[in-house]
This record gives sequence, structure tokens and C-alpha cells, in this order.
Amino acid sequence: MNAAIEVSGLSKRYGNLTALDNVSFTVERGEMFGLIGPDGSGKSSLYKILATLTSPDAGSATICGLDTVNDYVKLRKLIGYMPEKFSLYQDLTVSENLHFFASLFGVSIKDNYDIIAPVFAQLERFPNRRAGALSGGMKQKLALSCALIHRPKILLLDEPTTGVDAVSRSEFWDMLSTLREKGITILVSTSYMDEATRCGRIALIDKGKILRVNTPDGLVAGLDENLYNASATRMFELLTRIRQLPEVEDCYTFGATLHVVGRKGFNLSSVMDKLRLEGLHDVKVYPAKGDIEDLFIKLTR
Amino acid sequence: MSIFQSLVRKEALHIIRDTRTMVITLLMPIVLLLLFGFAISTEVNDVRVVAVVDQFTDETRDILQRLRVNEYFTFQGLTTPEDVDALLRSGKTDAALFLRKEEGVLKSQIVVDASNTNTAQTATAYIRGVVNGSSAKSLILTSTLYNQQLKSAYNFVPGILGMIFILICAIMTSVSIVREKETGTMSLLLVSPVKPRTIILGKLVPYFLLSCVILTVMLLMAYTVLGLPVSSSVISVIAVSLLYIILSLSIGLMVSTVVDTQLTALIVSAVMFMLPVIMLSGMIFPVDNMPVVLQWISNIIPARWYIEAMRKLMVQQLAFSYILKDVLILLIMTLVLLAASIVKFRSSTR
Repeated sequence: MNAAIEVSGLSKRYGNLTALDNVSFTVERGEMFGLIGPDGSGKSSLYKILATLTSPDAGSATICGLDTVNDYVKLRKLIGYMPEKFSLYQDLTVSENLHFFASLFGVSIKDNYDIIAPVFAQLERFPNRRAGALSGGMKQKLALSCALIHRPKILLLDEPTTGVDAVSRSEFWDMLSTLREKGITILVSTSYMDEATRCGRIALIDKGKILRVNTPDGLVAGLDENLYNASATRMFELLTRIRQLPEVEDCYTFGATLHVVGRKGFNLSSVMDKLRLEGLHDVKVYPAKGDIEDLFIKLTR
Repeated sequence: MSIFQSLVRKEALHIIRDTRTMVITLLMPIVLLLLFGFAISTEVNDVRVVAVVDQFTDETRDILQRLRVNEYFTFQGLTTPEDVDALLRSGKTDAALFLRKEEGVLKSQIVVDASNTNTAQTATAYIRGVVNGSSAKSLILTSTLYNQQLKSAYNFVPGILGMIFILICAIMTSVSIVREKETGTMSLLLVSPVKPRTIILGKLVPYFLLSCVILTVMLLMAYTVLGLPVSSSVISVIAVSLLYIILSLSIGLMVSTVVDTQLTALIVSAVMFMLPVIMLSGMIFPVDNMPVVLQWISNIIPARWYIEAMRKLMVQQLAFSYILKDVLILLIMTLVLLAASIVKFRSSTR
């Protein structure tokens, strides 16, 4: 059986801008695959090629063994695409939107209701509300329902959680897990690093290049080594001082603290002593747990 | 419901839900027609005239009498040469007629307020006619053909139609297609199994139907309220209008394939198509009076040929054979635009 999504050597340029540079990865059937990268890293360009909206300049992409360029007619029935902005008809009601997208694919809502039920349940209460009057989270659910209504085998979700509140975001990921259990392969992109852990496997993408592909745990494994938190009242001074230390490889702000990447032979107590001598009396340095963001910073430096 | 039906239904909902646009598109043609038909007219009526006469004779009395009874004038009476300037300056009168006897011959002078050239020229011509009427050396018999009462409304009906269809078909259609590009729903339509031509037809048909409704209303009004003569040419009028509607739709489609935002679509359609219709199509200003360069430009403006054909049909009541040239030009323009925009749309989607 073919892989759900197979991308090999994909490149796409817009004028002088290289959106995708020799991108290759494979998504297995039934997998929830995350595409993690900052804005402008080429995620949306990749989605447009996979959704058969544009053709690549080089390389190829197949979905369920069908080529995105040559077999696009057959392919379009297999994929459910949800673009970056929740593309709904704002002046149509919830049920009009859903009916319209169902009719585009020639399916009936009744037959396919089971697949959208977990997502659509909350929207059922106001079928006559205009899509434009829905909250961000509700719009997102309606957009997902519309993308699901024709029972796609592959879901292509381009930044589905952008502009949605934290509670709805977490709910949304739960729904995606439910859908994956029903056998739908999901390719989801996000610029929130913390969401990466919800995926089975993730690819880190930056400036059109894939940096790493692995499970979330596999990616952060080994990162904890020589990674420390540091904090003091005078944070900026701490940052400049630490950066000057010879045993420090890198130091960057991470939430409310600093993350310090030590070189071989980094000694916690001697570093603390040095910093105290420099006048930072309340400095605290302690081992930290590395996550995807640390990896990203490490890979892009 | 078939895919095509639901596309049309969806588009119809967009149109109906957008109350403001809906009201404007339905009311504007009617208001324009009534405005041009009754309120705005290029005819000059009620020219206020004063007269200065230095020596009363039978001849001058005749002239003043004719001024008094002429329905185009409001004769304000006699005045002195010194007051004429003040009266004209304060706008209390439009023209002054000086009648003077020199060596036994009546000499006349017309002083006219030319701040509105159109009124001034017409008023001068009227007064000249009244004055010359007395010494009628040669009698000119004028017969006005096709529009006996010289009603300017007749002239404007084709122009208003030419403008309205550009507004509805070109502007509204292009904005509605580009809106889908902007909100991203166009990509959803395109990734569905629906064929691009079905999507486009589903976009065009509702605006075509809306235009047909407006055409019906406008023609009914033109033939009843404005009293345009009804004849067999009505069928040709409808046929030519339908052709023009399709042409305007292809313009809208063309614009939508070239631009990316609703605002540019609006500006491009308005500046490139709406303004030329008003200024260069002969709707208000006769094409023959334009500088040669503008006359050339007016040749590529579809509305020019539409308005020309419509005037021949509606006002002159000519047979279809007289508008063959106009129809042919419109037909060629339609085919070229339609073909170009379909090719452009295809290349932009795939």
C-alpha cells in the first residue's frame, strides 16, 4: 500500500523568493503528522501543492499514490483542505455553508454526519447563525466540518489553530485525535511549538527547508544534556554576562527565564560562583527540560 | 440539487443578503431614469429677458409682444442701459435685448450671461429668432425627425442602460469573484471536483438574471413613463441588450482574473469601464465633438456601440439592418473578451 503522503525533492519559487527548497518527507496512513515552523517558512506553499492548487517547480508529491500534478482530478475527492484563514462564506449561515460544501462534492450531510459529528456537535444548536457572527473557535469547527463532509482520506490543515483561544485550541486537538482514530491521515501545520507534542511525528521546517523529521520525544531526546534555566532580578545583565562565559555555547530568553546551552565541561556551581562575583547575587541556575523550541533555536542558529 | 444549482443559489444568497448593494442596484437605474427623464434636461426653458428700447415703434412693440408670448421666455419688462449690468451680475436676469434705432434702421444687440455656455447659446439663438421673426427675409422650416418634441430623455435611456449593465455585470461580478479569492473560498471551490467552468458559470448566471430583471424594469419604464414609442424594434432592443450584458459579464470576468483584491477590482472597473462609458461613449457628450484622439479611444468602448445601436432602435425606430455594424462590433468584442478571460482564468487556476 502506498504511503498517505509522499513528498520528494519538492521545490517552489515565487520570483526571487524560494518558498520550498528540496523538501522530502513521507506521511504514513493513519498518522497525525505535524509541520512545525515559523510564519513564512513555506508551510502554506507546501499545502497549496498538496491541495493541487499549484504545481511545484521541481520534485513531486503523491497522495495515496496519486500525483498532485497528473492525477489531480481523482485526488481532489480524497483530500479535505482547510486553508490558513477559515475560508467560509461569512454571509451564509452555518447550515448553508455545510450544505453548500456537501453539494460541491455531491454528498449528503445525512450519510456523512457520523464523520463530522464530533466536530459539528457544538454548532448544531445554531444552524441559522451567519458564519461571520461565529467566534474564532466556532468558525474553525465549521471550517473543519466543511472540509470533512465528503469523507476525505487525507486532511490537510494549514495553521488551523491560528487566531483561536487556548481552550478552543486544546479542544480542536482532541477532535483531531478522534478523527485520526477513525483512520483519517492528518497533515497539520502550526507555528505554536507547544502543539507539536500532540502529533505522532513532526517535521521542523524553516526557510523552505525541512530541518528534522521525528517523533516529538525523539526530537527532544538528548537536548536536556547541558541545558539550564537561569534567572535573576537583572535579567538583561545576566544575559550579557552569561554570553561572555567561555563554557557557554548559547543563551537566549525562554519565557520568564533564560535558557543556557553549556559546552562540554560546563560546571553548574562554578558558573554560579562566577556570576555572583560579577555582582548578580540572586542568580539561580538549574537544569532545564528541553523542548521543540530549544531544538528549533539550536537548528536555526 | 445539482452542483450548478447550488452554486447559483449560493451566489443569489450573497446578492440578496447584501442589502445595501441590492437596494442601490435596483433603485439606481430607476432613479437615474427618472432624473434624466424629468429633472435633468438639456432643453433651455424660461429664459429671463429684459429689454432696453430707446425709441418705441411698431416694430419694437411687435418684438416685445413676441417675447412676452413665447413660452421659452419670461419677459421681465423694460429697463435702462445702466441697470442691465447690475441685473445680469446679480443673476436676476439671463439676457438683455437692446433695440436701438440708428438712421431709421432698427439695430439690435443681445447681452447674455454666459456663465452657463449651453444656456447662453440657446438663449441667444432663441432671441435672435424672435427678433428676426419681424423682418422675416427668408422663412426656415424645421422639421424634427424621430424625436419631435426634442425630449432629452429619449437620448439618455440608452446611455443609462449602457452604464447600469457595466455597473452590475462588470463591477459586481468582478468584485464578487475577487472576494472569493481574497477570503480563500476560491481555493476551496477549486480543490473540489467541480470544474472551473462550472464555477465561473455559477458566478455569471445570477448576475445575468439580475441584469435581465433590471432590463425589463428599465424598458417598461422607458416605454410607459417616459413614453418612448413602442414598435417592433423592441425585440431588437432586447437582443442587443442581452448581447451587451454578456459583453459586460466578460469584462467583469476579465478584470477578476487580473486583479487580486476587491478594492482594485472596484477601482479598475470604475476607472477603466465606468468613467469612459459616461465621458466617451456619447451618452452625454456627442462623439463627433471630441478631439480626434478621444474619438479613436471611444471606438474601443463597448458602450459607444451599444448606445449608438440603441438610439437607432429606440429613438429612430430603425430596422435591425441599420445596426448590423454596431452589433457586429459588439459581438466581436464579446467573443474576444470571453475567450481571453477563460484562457486567463484557466491558466490562473491550473
